[in-house]
Amino acid sequence: MPRQIGDVVLRVEDLHTYCFTRWGVVRAVDGVSFSLRQGEALGIVGESGCGKTMTALSLLRLVPRPAARIVRGRILLEGDNLLEKTEREMRAIRGRRISMILQDPQTSLNPVFTVGNQLIEAIKIHHKDGRRSLVRRAIDGLKQVRVAAPERRVQDYPHQMSGGMKQRVVGAIAISCEPRVIIADEPTTSLDVTIQAQYLRLLREIQEATNLAVIFITHDFGIVAKMCDRVMVMYAGRVVESGDVRDIFNRPSHPYTQALLSSVPTMDERVERLYSIAGQPPALWDLPAGCRFAARCPHADERCRRDYPPSFTAGEGHTADCWRLEDACEPSQFSGPRA
Amino acid sequence: MRAEPILRAEGLKKHFPVTEGLLWSTVVGWVKAVDGISFSIPQGQTLALVGESGCGKTTTAKLILRLEEPTSGQVFVDGKNVHALSGDVLKEYRTIVQAVFQDPWSSLSPRMRVREIVAEPLVVNRRVAAAEVESRVAEILGRVGLRPEQANLYPHEFSGGQRQRIAVASALVSDPKLIVLDEPVSALDVSIRAQIMNLLVDLQKQYGVSYLLIAHHLATTRFMAHEVAVMYLGKIMERAKTEELFKNPSHPYTKALFSAALPAHPDIVREEMILSGEVPSPIDPPSGCRFHPRCPFVMPRCAEVEPQEKAIAADHVVACHLY
Repeated sequence: MPRQIGDVVLRVEDLHTYCFTRWGVVRAVDGVSFSLRQGEALGIVGESGCGKTMTALSLLRLVPRPAARIVRGRILLEGDNLLEKTEREMRAIRGRRISMILQDPQTSLNPVFTVGNQLIEAIKIHHKDGRRSLVRRAIDGLKQVRVAAPERRVQDYPHQMSGGMKQRVVGAIAISCEPRVIIADEPTTSLDVTIQAQYLRLLREIQEATNLAVIFITHDFGIVAKMCDRVMVMYAGRVVESGDVRDIFNRPSHPYTQALLSSVPTMDERVERLYSIAGQPPALWDLPAGCRFAARCPHADERCRRDYPPSFTAGEGHTADCWRLEDACEPSQFSGPRA
Repeated sequence: MRAEPILRAEGLKKHFPVTEGLLWSTVVGWVKAVDGISFSIPQGQTLALVGESGCGKTTTAKLILRLEEPTSGQVFVDGKNVHALSGDVLKEYRTIVQAVFQDPWSSLSPRMRVREIVAEPLVVNRRVAAAEVESRVAEILGRVGLRPEQANLYPHEFSGGQRQRIAVASALVSDPKLIVLDEPVSALDVSIRAQIMNLLVDLQKQYGVSYLLIAHHLATTRFMAHEVAVMYLGKIMERAKTEELFKNPSHPYTKALFSAALPAHPDIVREEMILSGEVPSPIDPPSGCRFHPRCPFVMPRCAEVEPQEKAIAADHVVACHLY
């Protein structure tokens, strides 16, 4: 693969994003740390409500206000702490250095403007150029995501395009200002399978051409298996396991990862019965003191319910928050949530 | 020995008119949503209809539920022509064919208690005594993994997985012979999907009910279905027993679907067969084989002659000129 994994471009340290609601404080992101290298693809996997989208929005400082606030942590993009930037400075960073592809092109494009205008709007913020050269850039952008006849297509409105085509336009907007990091939040859930395959291949090609760092937010381990180098599994606001894709698939160490992987039916063999996880994730405003998965975990004991486990190293670059790993290895660092 | 199938569809077609003008509208074309398909489902088995959006799988489901009238062709459930039923026989039909829809947030009425939702098929179509309704609801709720006292709650008090259990309970309460499952798990979270799929498979074994499963996720069909039909633009391209189809996908479109499916492990590398373009409009489907503009194995004949279904093995039919 011509893609080269380079230096760390994004480092997130102990990020906490809380939502202050009338039911109490929802700890949507509760102590998430990770780093992302140039050219790397990182998958953040979890079910709805696990905090994966809030993590992504925090990186862009776009958490829904006033309810949500980033209360603690550092987000270092090429050494700059994004949490110390003013809103004006952030506007110069979004799109130019870090950008995002949203889930549903149906709602993320404005129906009353042509796609060309929407591309130009994004480019104009960062490039003070004449109208003609902006249109030129917009056409180049569409060309880059392989939209056929881009000269004609820039004048189209979103409703004149199919779902796959619209998602390409969203992708073109995201990469139009050559960012270093792209966050793709469930980029293909609204697409059909054959269109999804086209789109994922396109993303891979763009990544190879530009050496972009990509974060895939998904609930689907299939996307991780196909696209990612490393993966982070989130549960109830915390990263419960992270590591190299092959390590996670071959030796999942956290019971939640193990359960998730075995509860998905596969195309390649027939199973009689799927493994199913009993119960549901805990409410984020009323989290248990110990391990958050303890109530659903087949191996949970007294200590799991009482104390949150530290991160243990399960292999090189592979950590999991589970007490069962204590005998097997040393704790890498204490990273449990502070009271 | 082969029993009479529960469901038999013969040459089913549904064309929707495309009109122009507001007051004196004229028909300017037809959307051929379903264009001549035939299949059957034996008792206690599952047939999956697989395909991308716009292939006609949901219209097929509606035709079977009698929510749409076919343009031509017939549906037989239990030997009776569904679209010719009326009066009491129709009411009876409505109890033996039920449906579970994709999104349990919109398919359950927010103003009805679980008891009323589950009991509705009994109350509307069969006059069952109140006491019997009560005990039947309690029994069914137990079967789908809910507690009888939860019958007093409203749908908003449940999670997605539990709501889908309520929908399943409501579909099962009248002892149906066929349940149409329209993407029953795709709106649910991964860890909840397994619960519902296991539940559906268990209930089928227990009650001997047949399922028509509408799905786009191939792995789901491999787990749940006995037979799979792959649809494209209103036609069945390939139909086979599940194991046979997964071992030996033969139609180029089926192969493309399989190659597009996401791998279960990073080391599984599928043969890349990425189709160009998108599904054409069903208003004016391509001539000959509908798949020919996107097919990597296209031959001159494909644009002219529509391929007929051909058996290439026992219980394995393909509509393609390659065979």
